[in-house]
Amino acid sequence: MKLTVWTYEGPPHVGAMRVATAMQGLHYVLHAPQGDTYADLLFTMIERRAKRPPVSYTTFQARDLGGDTASLFRTAAQDACERFRPEAIIVGASCTAELIQDNPGGLAGALGLPVPVIALDLPSYQRRENFGADETFLQIVRHLARPMARTARVSCNILGPTALGFRHRDDLAEITALLEEMGIEVNVAAPMGARPGDIARMGAAHFNVLLYPETAESAARHCETAFGQPYTRTVPIGVAATRAFIAEVAALAGTALRPDEARLRQPWWAASVDSTYLTSKRVFLFGDATHVIAAARIARDEIGFDVCGMGCYNREQARALRAAAKQFGVEPLITDDYLEVEAAIAALQPELILGTQMERHIGKRLGIACAVISAPVHVQDFPARHSPQMGFEGANVIFDTWVHPLVMGLEEHLLHMFRDDFEFHDAAGPSHHGGHAPRSLSDAPGALPPHPQDISERKMPEAPAADSPDAAAPAADSIVWLSDAERELKKIPFFVRGKARRNTENFAAGKGLNEISIDTLYEAKAHYAR
Amino acid sequence: MTAPPAGGCRDLPVLRERGQREVFCGLTGIIWLHRKMQDAFFLVVGSRTCAHLLQSAAGVMIFAEPRFGTAILEEKDLAGLADAQTELDREVERLLARRPDIRQLFLVGSCPSEVIKLDLAKAAERQSARHAPHVRVLNFSGSGIETTFTQGEDACLAAMVPVLPQTAARELLLVGALPDVVEDQALALLGAMGITPVRVLPARRSGAMPAVGAHTVFALTQPFLADTRAALLRRGARQIAAPFPFGEEGTTLWLRAVADEFGVPADLFDSVTAAPRARARKAVAARAGTLRDRTLFFFPDSQLEVPLARFLARECGMRPLEVGTPYLHRDILGPDLDLLPPVPVLSEGQDVDRQLDRARAQRPDLTVCGLGLANPLEAEGLATKWAIELVFTPVHFYEQAGDLAGLFARPLRRRALLSPGAALEAAE
Repeated sequence: MKLTVWTYEGPPHVGAMRVATAMQGLHYVLHAPQGDTYADLLFTMIERRAKRPPVSYTTFQARDLGGDTASLFRTAAQDACERFRPEAIIVGASCTAELIQDNPGGLAGALGLPVPVIALDLPSYQRRENFGADETFLQIVRHLARPMARTARVSCNILGPTALGFRHRDDLAEITALLEEMGIEVNVAAPMGARPGDIARMGAAHFNVLLYPETAESAARHCETAFGQPYTRTVPIGVAATRAFIAEVAALAGTALRPDEARLRQPWWAASVDSTYLTSKRVFLFGDATHVIAAARIARDEIGFDVCGMGCYNREQARALRAAAKQFGVEPLITDDYLEVEAAIAALQPELILGTQMERHIGKRLGIACAVISAPVHVQDFPARHSPQMGFEGANVIFDTWVHPLVMGLEEHLLHMFRDDFEFHDAAGPSHHGGHAPRSLSDAPGALPPHPQDISERKMPEAPAADSPDAAAPAADSIVWLSDAERELKKIPFFVRGKARRNTENFAAGKGLNEISIDTLYEAKAHYAR
Repeated sequence: MTAPPAGGCRDLPVLRERGQREVFCGLTGIIWLHRKMQDAFFLVVGSRTCAHLLQSAAGVMIFAEPRFGTAILEEKDLAGLADAQTELDREVERLLARRPDIRQLFLVGSCPSEVIKLDLAKAAERQSARHAPHVRVLNFSGSGIETTFTQGEDACLAAMVPVLPQTAARELLLVGALPDVVEDQALALLGAMGITPVRVLPARRSGAMPAVGAHTVFALTQPFLADTRAALLRRGARQIAAPFPFGEEGTTLWLRAVADEFGVPADLFDSVTAAPRARARKAVAARAGTLRDRTLFFFPDSQLEVPLARFLARECGMRPLEVGTPYLHRDILGPDLDLLPPVPVLSEGQDVDRQLDRARAQRPDLTVCGLGLANPLEAEGLATKWAIELVFTPVHFYEQAGDLAGLFARPLRRRALLSPGAALEAAE
């Protein structure tokens, strides 16, 4: 038993739903109690899908348990076939139905349904959402795809995009266009947009492009073995990765055509002098391993950030993440406990978090800027505009997205220069964010110069959230900030204040000091100067 | 007040449906209960699905460290039950050590814990003995195999009733979790009529939990509290039957039933209610223009459907085509059913695909449904109101009557704004 407050991944049947919902002409008959229908809203609300997910739930109740839940399942499967006329169905159980052991696969198989029945065995008490998606897609491919003659022109399948994925819709469009420029036809893209009949002709492609190992690596491996289709190992997120992907694809396809790089703006945006202020900003990355590894390379090599920590929640890809963390010289954090992630971020005090919707909330609480790079994501991360992560446009989008939460370069200087200006103060946050508009003077005492009586007080007024995690740091417990130093610390802009506090306390602890004066603060600053 | 019209809905035949249900389970109630009871923690003993449900239904919107969590059953817990009890004790120890502010702990059963027959009553008893008097541990089931959406609150309150202290006092008890601001309004109205003290279940803090006894009279503020009502009746308390306090009419009838029980003089009742009644009427009238003569279709969701249909039909002039509810408790809803003008279809339970067929055939002007159905129906051109907002928004009593009408008017106004064609239609 493990106490959980928030989860990065849902149960495995939600992964199966992501595959079913992405496809056309496929129906999922899920043996599950009524509450499990909540999963529909993930798709209809968070992703704003205009159709119900193609899922029939048996919604058995307690009174059915003594009787015949199996016949409920049979009825649901038959009704689903009659009403929705799918080309194939997938059948399985959610966590509760797994316990009653009705064997949906066997039941559906015995019904003599007019369409292929694909049984899913997703262990709800061991595995999670990404496994569910990957395994479901594998089973669909195993059941439906057959070896066949290759297409006359060189072609590939694109594997991995699902419903509820982070920018999967836009990545698929971007990569499809990129392959087209290289003269490569897309035979089948799946699961997103594919019908069971399309899956059946996957064998005709010359090779596979694997976009997301999280959801399609097993299927790619299966196709390699069963149809002799090699698959791409490079995930084209970032400029260098996209170029490497193009080279990998070109070798597989034997083509000399290269996509046009004219629309790639990211390298100049990063090189132009305005971006100087981005130099060595400390970033912490967390999400699914694929996105985190790609983002870490972009952060270091394409934007000039300093990667101070990275981790992933999906253990299936932990090995790759550990290897990457080693390259970056940081400790890998493999966990699905958001409290551990929050503790790591609080201890590291990065200037930017690149994470999931969970880290967005952590950042809000700790007063650290955050941009989203990975699922799970919320409704605002399904934008109306084309906004891929992959390919050249993806690189452009990523630059904009990551820089947006930060205070702009010149503004940083101004905040340093006019530390206590009551109208231009750091509590207002980055000036281009409407959400951080300055408070009115009357209800913003922190924005005004300290009231005379405060000066005699040892404790400063309540510190903003950015400082609070440090108050709990073990090394800091015995160290006292003298009031002068505390006031000086408050003059340091919010986006570096947490780091300054932490560095100063570490410095003082290292020197065996138990008081921090203004001098200590500046000695620490000099010590840590880069 | 208007006399009940001849031919209400009390004796209408009910379409009983049994098929796929598109509703939340009772765990969802934790999302508002944990905010209402500020020293309580809700520990769901369940699966990753339970944790994901809580997070998806509301969690990510309220990312403060919540006073709820899920003890996720793992493979090894399913192997032997004695083990699961020990594991649960360990998790509870940890939780209480980390949250010393917690005075009430609810162990909440889920589908998997019910199916493996994990005895949470035994666990609650054992843990209560261990942590008394600092923490009281109770258990209830929010499982989807036993509870639908708001039934979770019912199960929670029903679990509290047997442990409420005994009293011989003649006191009024209000039953149902209301937003604090609404509860305060109700208490102020009752206080102005001289009805004091008034107790509330659930109280905001464990120290203020009401006592109950043979002289307790209680009034429900939510229609889904059937088990809680039965538990209170078992304690000897007596119910004041009334329509539910939605809208000006519902609030007045509810208050009058309580006032009559306590012998409040008619002139005092009128002087206390006159001003808020007038305000409520005016506020409802301001929104009713958008709603009048519009057709209405309720998918079953919160069990608020019958009283809301009554409000929308009688005070806003809407025409309900189908009123669907997960359960139809005639004992509780009788006074509302009497007032509700006869509706073409009164349905209980659900077969969602068949019900969608009926909705599509009738093309109601407004469909009240869950989050899973709302966008798909909008995409088919039907205006919808998410039902979940009705339990997350202050909607009871006079001062909220206009807001309640506004919740239903907004989707229609929005459609009119977004599409001039629809605006013309609306004007016809």
